[in-house]
Amino acid sequence: MNTESLGTIFLNACLVNNFVLAYFLGICPFLGVSGKMETATKMGGAVMFVMLISSMCAYGIHAFLISIGAPFLQLISYIVVIASTVQLVEMFIKKISPVLFRSLGIFLPLITTNCAILGVALFQTNKDYGFLESIIYALGAGAGFTLALVLIAGLREQLDFADVPKVSKGTALTLFIAGILSLCFMGFAGLGA
Amino acid sequence: MSIIIAIVALGGLTLLLAIMLIVANKKLYVYEDPRIDKVEDMLPHANCGACGYPGCRPFAEALVHEKSLPSKCTVSTDEGRQSIAEFLGVDIGIEEKLVARLACAGGTNVAVNRAQYVGIQSCQAAALVSGGGKGCFWGCLGYGDCEVVCDFDAINMDENGLPIVDTEKCTACGDCVEVCPKDLFSIQPISNKLWVACKNLEHGEALLEDCQVGCTACGKCAMDAGALITMKNNLPVINYADNHNTQKPIQRCPTGAIVWLEDSGLVVKGKESRKIIRKGARLKENT
Repeated sequence: MNTESLGTIFLNACLVNNFVLAYFLGICPFLGVSGKMETATKMGGAVMFVMLISSMCAYGIHAFLISIGAPFLQLISYIVVIASTVQLVEMFIKKISPVLFRSLGIFLPLITTNCAILGVALFQTNKDYGFLESIIYALGAGAGFTLALVLIAGLREQLDFADVPKVSKGTALTLFIAGILSLCFMGFAGLGA
Repeated sequence: MSIIIAIVALGGLTLLLAIMLIVANKKLYVYEDPRIDKVEDMLPHANCGACGYPGCRPFAEALVHEKSLPSKCTVSTDEGRQSIAEFLGVDIGIEEKLVARLACAGGTNVAVNRAQYVGIQSCQAAALVSGGGKGCFWGCLGYGDCEVVCDFDAINMDENGLPIVDTEKCTACGDCVEVCPKDLFSIQPISNKLWVACKNLEHGEALLEDCQVGCTACGKCAMDAGALITMKNNLPVINYADNHNTQKPIQRCPTGAIVWLEDSGLVVKGKESRKIIRKGARLKENT
């Protein structure tokens, strides 16, 4: 069992070891859905929700796999669980909010292949987190992901008006911003472990 | 041994998840009327929002549930609307044509600039810099954001930098209303021909320095118009619930701020207003 406080776990996952900007996980939605602030926040919310659910499932599955003495099944079980959670979330959103379902479009099923979510499940197992700690860790990771997405979406919206050299327009500029943002987040490294 | 554990554990897990998904699929199944797809195909796919719904699909849903009528779609042709009405077996509905109207007549030929704006050629950007370079704070900036945003090619900027709405092509989707930083556009029934083409809140000489065709708030139009026209915040307000089929107010207007808009696009102004000397656009200092 680890000895970190819940607040430290949250801050650690959200800022110090931000999944996108420090671990470089979940880069595809980070670059793909960050063109507009509105979709970025919605995507952040959906990812956070899936992270939370899959982190809870991962905790239960890990305990189960340990009890039957087959921890080597960890990775494949996590993938199966995450894929079916996303399916469930998709059906659920379609039922309660068809508008949100249509606006998220293809990116909703693509959460399945988001490595940040598998990352949360694997890291929390490695760090030996308890149930409550796992939830806080997933919330922090989701908040960090949303934060990164919102930051880059805001910057990209502003830079649409900027006069930049032709060679660096579009994807190149986005990668520049991503790099600089990542450097900025290195500043948080002094905060924790 | 571990191979058997792996097979059983993973098999059990996937079976469990499969059962959960099957149950969820049954419980959360959303029935969609197959007619919605067909009606959506019949609509123009402009997603303009003129019908009052966010796009063509929500409108198709509303049509199938008989919450709206085919005539609300202003982009479809008459045949298109008719075929939807026939397909659904509903009344086509009667709808008066709506158009976007601009409440400004101060083109570069009659209005002066108080400053020169240099930057992105867009009204929204110019309006951020202390309201743009125009002398009249309320007037049209003339960079044509409305022309760009119009999906139907219904707005064109004329030689004096004022947007001209083509009432034939206008579908009253309201995109220009939203994009204009000065809120000069509004959606009006096409039968509202009497129109106040000014939005400034100044009065008297102070205004005429900035624009030759603005409303000076003299109140002549409201004087014998009864309940049809009332002066409010230095501007005449036309009460369209009253009988507004009269050209009398435009004859009284000394500057031509009240106009009569014919369906053909012709703008009729009063006799008084013809005396106005049209000047070229210039900075205030140079006048």
